[in-house]
Amino acid sequence: MKSALILGASSDIANACSELLARQGYHLTLAARREGALRTLKSDLEIRFKVSVSTQVFDALDFDSHRSFYQGLSNSPDVVICAFGILGNQEQAEKDWEQCKEILDANFTGAVSILNIVANDMASKGSGTIIGISSVAGERGRMSNYVYGSAKAGFTTYLSGLRNRLHKKGVNVLTVKPGFVQTKMTENLPLPKPLTAQPEQVAKAILKAAKKGKSEIYILGIWRWIMLIIRNIPEFIFKKLSL
Amino acid sequence: MKIANWSNYPIVDSQISSYTDSGKLPFSEAFITRGNGRCYGDSSLNNQIASMLSYNKALEFDIQNGVFTCQAGMTLDRVLEIIVPNGWFLPVTPGTKFISVGGAVASNVHGKNHHYDGCFNDHVVSLDLLTASGEIVTCSSEENVELFETTSGGMGLTGMILQVTFRLKKIESSFIDQRSIKAKNLDELVDLFRENENATYSVSWIDCLQTGKSKGRGLILLGEHARIDQLNTKQGKNPLKLHQASKVTFPLNAPPNSTNKITVKAFNTAYYGKQLSKEQHSIIHYDPFFYPLDAILKWNRIYGKKGFLQYQFVIPFGQSNEGMQRVLDKIREYGHASPLVVLKLFGKQDDFISFPMEGFTLALDFPIRRGLFEFLDALDKMILDLGGRHYLTKDARMAKETFFKGYPNAEEFVRRIKKYNPNYLFSSLQSERLGLTQKTQE
Repeated sequence: MKSALILGASSDIANACSELLARQGYHLTLAARREGALRTLKSDLEIRFKVSVSTQVFDALDFDSHRSFYQGLSNSPDVVICAFGILGNQEQAEKDWEQCKEILDANFTGAVSILNIVANDMASKGSGTIIGISSVAGERGRMSNYVYGSAKAGFTTYLSGLRNRLHKKGVNVLTVKPGFVQTKMTENLPLPKPLTAQPEQVAKAILKAAKKGKSEIYILGIWRWIMLIIRNIPEFIFKKLSL
Repeated sequence: MKIANWSNYPIVDSQISSYTDSGKLPFSEAFITRGNGRCYGDSSLNNQIASMLSYNKALEFDIQNGVFTCQAGMTLDRVLEIIVPNGWFLPVTPGTKFISVGGAVASNVHGKNHHYDGCFNDHVVSLDLLTASGEIVTCSSEENVELFETTSGGMGLTGMILQVTFRLKKIESSFIDQRSIKAKNLDELVDLFRENENATYSVSWIDCLQTGKSKGRGLILLGEHARIDQLNTKQGKNPLKLHQASKVTFPLNAPPNSTNKITVKAFNTAYYGKQLSKEQHSIIHYDPFFYPLDAILKWNRIYGKKGFLQYQFVIPFGQSNEGMQRVLDKIREYGHASPLVVLKLFGKQDDFISFPMEGFTLALDFPIRRGLFEFLDALDKMILDLGGRHYLTKDARMAKETFFKGYPNAEEFVRRIKKYNPNYLFSSLQSERLGLTQKTQE
């Protein structure tokens, strides 16, 4: 039986991925910060899909714990989805270093710390899939969320380097840039419908891309074009925009 | 964010907060809890809304004894996905599977088996409520009984329903043994209901545009859960088949006045005439039997951008069906009723504040247009004079007096809301309109 480790299992996208993987018969290990949330996710998946699900408390910010966390897993996973991260508050992050650092650590440093360990394990096995949920926000810094964006940019670059390194070892690394998704995180944002994906749609696209061994995906094709334009606006114009 | 419930009226600007598993109240000032927004009017609307949709996990399922526990935001279609393959069914279900379990409790919903199985909450073992003090209180018909009674059909005014444990109904197959009988007028229809009191499920559709001898003609549908030996070969291959996801979405808001006397008459004639024989017998899946309208997602768009009002009332049985006849006359004179008028006989129900009571219940849609509100006010009076009352879950406009006259426990309900919800933290546009809670002055 194939197994999957979901890091940041309580996010809506991660949860949708867990459901699909459970349906496909994967053994799941859910990892998240709060034990209560893990218990609920476990009972839900077990009742709905008649599978057995493991859980493990995981704190992305507690870097020192990552090695023992990974060694403590009952089996070494075939698929790892790295879905944790926080949006944070840009304005507060500009004033308060602790806030700023938390956004950087939760979206970048923490991911690097745990995926280094995962990567070494998969490299030595010579197989596996690593899926990182990054963001279109990482493609160009914008005044409204450049702290989050720069952390995601770092994460995207890290994943592309990891892919380059692990390709020869038979390990695939998939970078996901979801664009707008209808989740708890975005509940009060008036998201434009044609640009907004549902978590289930995201999960389906991710697992399909992973199966095909793709490197990088947007969920809704239109985002590829939007980001192409945003990336190519000359800086002397871009700096004057309020984005 | 602009938000409306199923009838697209009223539309309010609202701040929404998704309840996760914090165990904390999401707002410190007046808000209302909302599930999937399938009540019709303003019962789950206010300027601040706690959305339960992400709080939707299955917590426990005792497959041997048919007892199920889930978080309140789980919708009935998801419950069915879990229980049906294991040979269980919902004890009571309304006409759509897209409502949340929390909503089912807050409205104490009824179904086609009301005369037989009562309301949804008659099958609830216990529930957890996040109260105004911030405590989570478990209540049931044995523990914190008064709170349980008041929460049942209490429209979310006693607290936030967090999780619910309820008993399921054992089934051999997910198919329904359906009999459909034509009735040429209201008297015959009522006789058919009475003759078939032992049927588990019964409901009827009536043609409210008919006059004279055909007044109230319609079709009565009776159903039983089909046994394995009643299924045909194809059905027998997968006797516990689940519903399929709906693939059809009503594409856009229909132009104004799309439902008028002519289209409704055409629909009614076709619907009534479709069945040639007096009685038809068939084995059909539960989905078309219980949820015919779920097949078309966003069907509410047929009433156009202005929305519609759904109107549901119950009147006790009189000496004859004359009261009901008069109500039908009044509706026919007005002329703009919907094609789907649903009539059912309720059985006995003696709850603290829930809608059903022994008698006739009628549900119909009216597209919003000039004069509708005045017409419904007049109709309200007629229903009250007949000793009837109105369903809060469908309501968006009734006057305070209508509620207080129709519900014998209204005054006590207000006292209990004050007791459990002293600062009116839980408050909807509907509860403010009906004087059940008061808008707090800032």
